[in-house]
Amino acid sequence: MPIPFSYSLRNLWTRRLTTVLTAAGMALVVFVFAATLMLAEGLRKTLIETGSADNAVVIRKSSVTEVQSGVERAQAAIVASRPEIAIDADGQPLLAKEMVVLINLPRRESGKPANVVIRGTGPASLRLRPQVVLKSGRLPRPGSAEVMAGASIARRFRGGGLGETLRFGMRDWTVVGVFEAGATGFNSEIWGDVDQLMQAFRRPVYSSVLFRLSDPGSFTALKEQLENDPRLTLEAKRETRFYADQSEAMATFLSILGLTLTVIFSIGAIIGAMITMYAAVANRTTEIGTLRALGFSRGSVLAAFVAESLLLGLVGGIAGVLSASLLQLLTISTMNWQTFAELAFGFSLTVEICWKSLLFALCMGLVGGVLPALRAARLQVVDALRAT
Amino acid sequence: MFMLKLILRNTFRHKLRTTLTVVGVAVAILAFGLLRTLVGLWYLGVDSSSATRLVSRNAISLIFPLPISYAERIRQVPGVSEVAWGNWFGGIYIDEKNFFANFAVSPDSYLRLYPEFVLAPEEKNDFLRDRKGAVVGRKLAAKYGWKVGDLVTLRGTIFPGQWEFAVRAIYRGAHKNVDETQFFFHWDYLNETMKKTVPRRADQIGFFMLGVSRPDIAPEVAANIDATFHNSLAETLTETEKAFQLGFVAMTEAIMIAIRLVSYVVIVIIMVVAANTMAMTARERTAEYATLKTLGFGPGHIAGIIFGESVAIALVGGILGVALTFPAAGWIETALGQFFPSFTIAPATIGYDLLAALSVGVVAAAIPTWRGATVRVAEGFRRIG
Repeated sequence: MPIPFSYSLRNLWTRRLTTVLTAAGMALVVFVFAATLMLAEGLRKTLIETGSADNAVVIRKSSVTEVQSGVERAQAAIVASRPEIAIDADGQPLLAKEMVVLINLPRRESGKPANVVIRGTGPASLRLRPQVVLKSGRLPRPGSAEVMAGASIARRFRGGGLGETLRFGMRDWTVVGVFEAGATGFNSEIWGDVDQLMQAFRRPVYSSVLFRLSDPGSFTALKEQLENDPRLTLEAKRETRFYADQSEAMATFLSILGLTLTVIFSIGAIIGAMITMYAAVANRTTEIGTLRALGFSRGSVLAAFVAESLLLGLVGGIAGVLSASLLQLLTISTMNWQTFAELAFGFSLTVEICWKSLLFALCMGLVGGVLPALRAARLQVVDALRAT
Repeated sequence: MFMLKLILRNTFRHKLRTTLTVVGVAVAILAFGLLRTLVGLWYLGVDSSSATRLVSRNAISLIFPLPISYAERIRQVPGVSEVAWGNWFGGIYIDEKNFFANFAVSPDSYLRLYPEFVLAPEEKNDFLRDRKGAVVGRKLAAKYGWKVGDLVTLRGTIFPGQWEFAVRAIYRGAHKNVDETQFFFHWDYLNETMKKTVPRRADQIGFFMLGVSRPDIAPEVAANIDATFHNSLAETLTETEKAFQLGFVAMTEAIMIAIRLVSYVVIVIIMVVAANTMAMTARERTAEYATLKTLGFGPGHIAGIIFGESVAIALVGGILGVALTFPAAGWIETALGQFFPSFTIAPATIGYDLLAALSVGVVAAAIPTWRGATVRVAEGFRRIG
């Protein structure tokens, strides 16, 4: 017959201070574990939603980012003439020749500068990116010194808000609109007319050519033809792949850091659980003897103590996940080393991360509790009853 | 003396529990030390920058170039003693994973501005004479097994093409903080090639590195340079090397803040674990404390015993953690050399480690000490388990 579950539960309740301290230690570890997973997930989500699988990007060969890339006008025209490019209702190709540069903008609170992406866009740019929606103000008029800013830029950078002006390229640029682009990287960009911006920056080349494929399946063949064209020094990537490549280093860094931290921290928490459970066993030697004398088997005693330790882990796990869920309110903004530009992303909690974190907490409880529970189960009835 | 003996005996009464706690504290201190070192590395460039060097770059942002013709005009600004320039080349050696910083620089003046790069005189001459020559840092050369005279090919990301260099000199740092993983070559090589392939990008430089005669005139010189090019097509932004490096660091500050926070979290976790140990220990020994009180020991003695035990455990763990930090840092330097060229534990970090360990001991003892010291004799005897 198993020992009632309430025995384990009440044991935890009796030594509340110890329980709270042990569970708090575990909760902190679970918090860190969940936080790193959430951050990696937030970054991944931002990147995935930034690109669309039907779109392809063309940049100069072996330049990973748009900022490094340069596409001559003549080369861009050759790409634009490809028959695989989708045509919209007006008979215009769904293709945008864009220019991407970085400018230094001071942050609103600290005044510290960050590199912000300015994207020179064409008429099709918006339609190629349905995630980008104008939130307030209006669209900049083509051919004017007007720009619109991503919501994240408008909020965090001086001169980025609606009606404010930015100065670069010997001209003042008015922010006439603010756009919202979901959880994508475009939120950290400023958009303006490509021809005006090329003029202002004295940069006679485009950075990239973005287009929609009428048949997504034709990409592989198109890529091969573009890259083997002797007139072109370009490479084509699917937009999703393009953005994933750009933040590979950041994603790797975050996951290595998170994994290392979690491993080190969990050692601490497991030791904490072990100390607690060993003490629980040592203090209750007589009690364990009594249980055995009453006829409970070694297995039942083992199960009762493991259950107690698992409960401890569960409490810690729930507390950890709950506090980690608050992180969703935060946004991390940092420089992506690869693109050299500011990238903002949040913590994102998924059901899978919840499960993983709780499972992780239970594992910590199990590892911490199994040795003490074995010691409890191995006690001889007579010795245990004799102990004081 | 008696107290000390009692504390030591008490500490090792519960061997298993003490060992576990000591190991826990050691792991936490190890993690704390490594994380602090990681944060310190981020600021390494800031710490090793000189007060007499200014950086001048395009005011729009670093990706925009400046015309080389500015060099002569900058030279005329009073206080400027040396003008060097360079371009971030961003070349890739075989694979993207083999990242290292590579710059095209004006060889002679650049090396004069950086006396902390120590070159053998004959190697330096060889480098200056060979337009395709390159200077590489000692650690970088060791990593890829380059020797003087080897040919190295980089694939350009910003400047397209395959670029071939001959390693002509290997520099070492004059002191420990100098980055020995950089790669420099002649700006002329880059420029002459650009003239042939992409003429519009020729005669452009990424940044000027300037020497000023005295550190105290640096701000004035910087303002004068920027005023010279105000309202031109390429306005400049001139700042001290330190401010320039800080600007870089500030861009990735969020991650550094997170790592710093996490380094405190690990200490808090271990505080909780140690507090738990001490709480249990003190609870088990309540009857003993009552006995001691009956024998005439005051609350101060009891407090001292508990406090001493907690601090002793924490410090043993702390010292163990510090001792482990050095082999761990050595391992990181060899295994993760591509991310962390030098992973040196600063003396200050060891101080912080021990301070953290001490505070773990102090905080962990707080509640049990108070309880032990204030327990009443009759109550203490009555308590069981």
